[in-house]
Amino acid sequence: MALPAAISSLKAKDGLQLGMSVARLFASAASQIKVEVMPYKVHRIEAPSNIVETNVPELMSFYKLMYKLRRMEIAADMMYKAKFIRGFCHLYDGQEAVLTGIEAAITLEDSIITSYRDHCQHITRGGSVKELMAELMGKSEGATRGLGGSMHIYNRKANFYGGNGIVGAQIPLGAGIALAHKYRGEPNVCITMYGDGAANQGQKYEALNMAGLWNLPVIFVCENNHYGMGTAEWRAAKSPNFYTRGDYIPGIKVDGMDVLAVKHAVAFAKAYALANGPIVMEMDTYRYHGHSMSDPGSTYRTRDEINAMRTERDPIERVKKLLLSNGVEAGELKRVDKDVKKEVDDAVEAAKAGTIPPDSWLWKNMYVAPLGGEMRGVLPGQYHAPDFDPEYTS
Amino acid sequence: MLPGLLQQARKHGVLCRVPRLTAAIRGFASSQSEMTVRDALNSALDEELARDDKVYVLGEEVGEYQGAYKITRGLLQKYGADRVKDTPITEAGFTGIAVGSAFAGLKPVCEFMTWNFAMQAIDQIINSAAKTLYMSAGKISCPIVFRGPNGAAAGVAAQHSQCFAAWYSSVPGLKVLAPYDSEDARGLLKAAIRDPDPVVFLENEIMYGQAFPVNAQVLDKDFTLPIGKAKVMREGKHVTLVSFSKMVGYCLKAADHLSKEGVHCEVVNLRTIKPLDKDTLLASIKKTHKMVTVEEGWPQCGVGSEIAALMQELAFDELDAPVLRVTGAEVPMPYAANLEAAALPQVDDIIKAVKKVLG
Repeated sequence: MALPAAISSLKAKDGLQLGMSVARLFASAASQIKVEVMPYKVHRIEAPSNIVETNVPELMSFYKLMYKLRRMEIAADMMYKAKFIRGFCHLYDGQEAVLTGIEAAITLEDSIITSYRDHCQHITRGGSVKELMAELMGKSEGATRGLGGSMHIYNRKANFYGGNGIVGAQIPLGAGIALAHKYRGEPNVCITMYGDGAANQGQKYEALNMAGLWNLPVIFVCENNHYGMGTAEWRAAKSPNFYTRGDYIPGIKVDGMDVLAVKHAVAFAKAYALANGPIVMEMDTYRYHGHSMSDPGSTYRTRDEINAMRTERDPIERVKKLLLSNGVEAGELKRVDKDVKKEVDDAVEAAKAGTIPPDSWLWKNMYVAPLGGEMRGVLPGQYHAPDFDPEYTS
Repeated sequence: MLPGLLQQARKHGVLCRVPRLTAAIRGFASSQSEMTVRDALNSALDEELARDDKVYVLGEEVGEYQGAYKITRGLLQKYGADRVKDTPITEAGFTGIAVGSAFAGLKPVCEFMTWNFAMQAIDQIINSAAKTLYMSAGKISCPIVFRGPNGAAAGVAAQHSQCFAAWYSSVPGLKVLAPYDSEDARGLLKAAIRDPDPVVFLENEIMYGQAFPVNAQVLDKDFTLPIGKAKVMREGKHVTLVSFSKMVGYCLKAADHLSKEGVHCEVVNLRTIKPLDKDTLLASIKKTHKMVTVEEGWPQCGVGSEIAALMQELAFDELDAPVLRVTGAEVPMPYAANLEAAALPQVDDIIKAVKKVLG
C-alpha cells in the first residue's frame, strides 16, 4: 500500500494541513468508502444526508490525529499527578472526534475559539505536543511561554483565539471574530466552541441575537458532554436540547463520537453560515476524565456509564474498526500507535528538560504601546518599564 | 472653517510669502473658535472613522437615534450601518463581540450609554480585553476603545451616578483616560482610537454641553495628546490641586477664588488615570510641598488614595502636610437635589480643603 504510506510520510514531514489537502487530492484516486452515520436531528433546517464519503488515507489521518490527542491528554494526566503540572488542567480525551471532524471541514483561514478545555486545539491548529506540554509545565518553550498555562493557549497566525477561562465569555468573542471576517469580506467562519454548562449563559443568547440580526458567519458548537462540571445536563438545563436553544437560529445535532458525522455536518454548517449567517451545532460527546484534574469524575456519574462509552462509542475505536474492515493491516495501526507514543513521550521529556521563564518576562507584553508607563513591583520604589516583546528576546 | 481654509491655502502655496497675513488669520481663527466637548468628541470620531477603515462604532442608539447624548450625531449617515452599529440592550454580548472583533484586527469604539451599564460587561473588559495580550504571550492584541459618560450627572440617583475611574485604573493591561475640556476630548479620543491597546475612556455628561476655545492645532485632523501625560492647567506655588474630568473645572474656580486671597494653587489635570503621570505630580509637590486631590468617586481605594500613597512613598520629605483627599461622600447617590449636592465635592469644599492643608 504505497499510496497511504507516501501520504503518511508527507504528513509527518510537512504537517497535518498539507497532509490533509494532499489526502483530499488523492481521495479521488483512492477508493471511496461510503459510511452511514447516525441521522442528524435538526431544528429549522433540512438535514444533510447521513451517508458520508471517505477513504482510507483520510481515515488514517483521523486515526493518527485522534490517537495523538488521546495520548497527549493521558500524558497530561500523568504529569499532573506527578506534580509537573499545577493549577487547573481540563482534559479532552473522549471528545477527540469533535475537534478532528471540525478541522477536517474547515481551513486555517477559518477561526476557532474555545473554553479552557483547549489543549487539543493547539495541535489541530498547527502547534506541537512539545509546546503544549512545556506550557502545561510552565516552561519558557511553551505555547504561550509559560505565561498562560493550561487554560490560555493561543495561536494568532493560525486563527486560534484561545483558551478562555471564564465560562461562556468565548461565545460573544467568537461572534465578534466572525464579525471581523464578514467586515473584511473574507469567506471564513468562526467556530465558537462551548460546553453544555456554558450553553445556559445569558451572554450566549445575547451573542445569538446579534449574530442573527447581523448575519454573522459564526458556527456555535455546543460540545455536549452531558456534565457541566459535576452537574448533569438535566439538572442545569430546563431544555437540554441544545441544538434547538438558538430558537430562530437553525440547529443540528450530531453524534460527536463519530468523526465522519462531525466532518460532514460541519462542512454543511460552514456552507450555510457563509451564505446565511449563524447556525448552532450540538455535538453529543463525552469526556472520560472529570471536569478537571481536581474532579475524579465518578461522584456524579457511574463507572458503568464511563465504561459503556469506552466500549461502545469510543471515537478512535470506531475509526480503527473502519480501517481494519477496509483493508488496513493491524500491524500498520500498531506502527502508528508506536510513533505517536514516541512523539508524546519525547515531548514530555523535552518539556521536563525545558527552562523556566526568567523574572524579566513578568513585565513583558501587557501593552503593545507601553508609552514609558511604569508598572509597580511588590515593594515600594520598585518600578519596571513594561516592554512589548512578543518574541521574548531578552 | 477658517483653519481648514488656512490649511488648504498653505498646501497650495498661497500665503506662504505673506507671513504677517497668515499670523493675523491664525490669530483671528484661534480667538474665534469655540467647541463643545460633545462636538469635540463627535469630530474626533468622524476623523478617525475617515482615517482608518478598520475603525467602527457600536453601542446602544449610536446610529439612528444619533447617540443618546448625540456624541455620534451624523456618523451613521456618513459611514453607513456596517461602521456605526446599533446594538440591542445587551452589554455583555456586544462588548464581547466588540472585543472579539478587536482580537481579529478591527478597531472598535464600544460606547456604553453610561459606564454604570458596563458593569454588565466588566468581565469582557477585564478578563478578555485587558489580559489577553499577556496571556497570549504578546500575540493577540486588543485595539479597542470603551467610552461613555462616567460619574454623577444631575438627579439620576444611585444606580446611574457611579465613578469607575478607580476600579479600571487598577488593572494592568488597560489604559484609562479622562478628558476635561474640548482639547482633551479631541486629543485624547483620537489618541485612544489610534492606540493599539484597550482604552477605558471616561467622559462626563455634564461636560458635554460646555464650550471651550480651540485653536487650529487642536482642530487639525491629526491632533492627538500623549497618553500618560498630565497637564498643568494653572501654575501656582502654594498648593497642588490634582483632579480629572469635571472636577478640574471646580479646581480652577477654587484656584481663582483663592488667588484673590493671595493663595496660588497649581492645578493639575491628570488627563490619564492609568498610567498616572508620577513625574508631573512629583515636580509639582517639590514646588508646593502640599497637595489636595479632588474626585467625585468614593473615598475608599479611590484615585486620590493612590496619589496620596505615591506622594508619601516617593516624596515624603517634600511634604509639609499630609495629602488631603476631597471625594464624593461614601453613600449611594441620593436623588433630592440638596442631598445630591451634599454627596459631591463643591468648589467651597475644595477651598476648605486647601485652607486646611495650609494650616
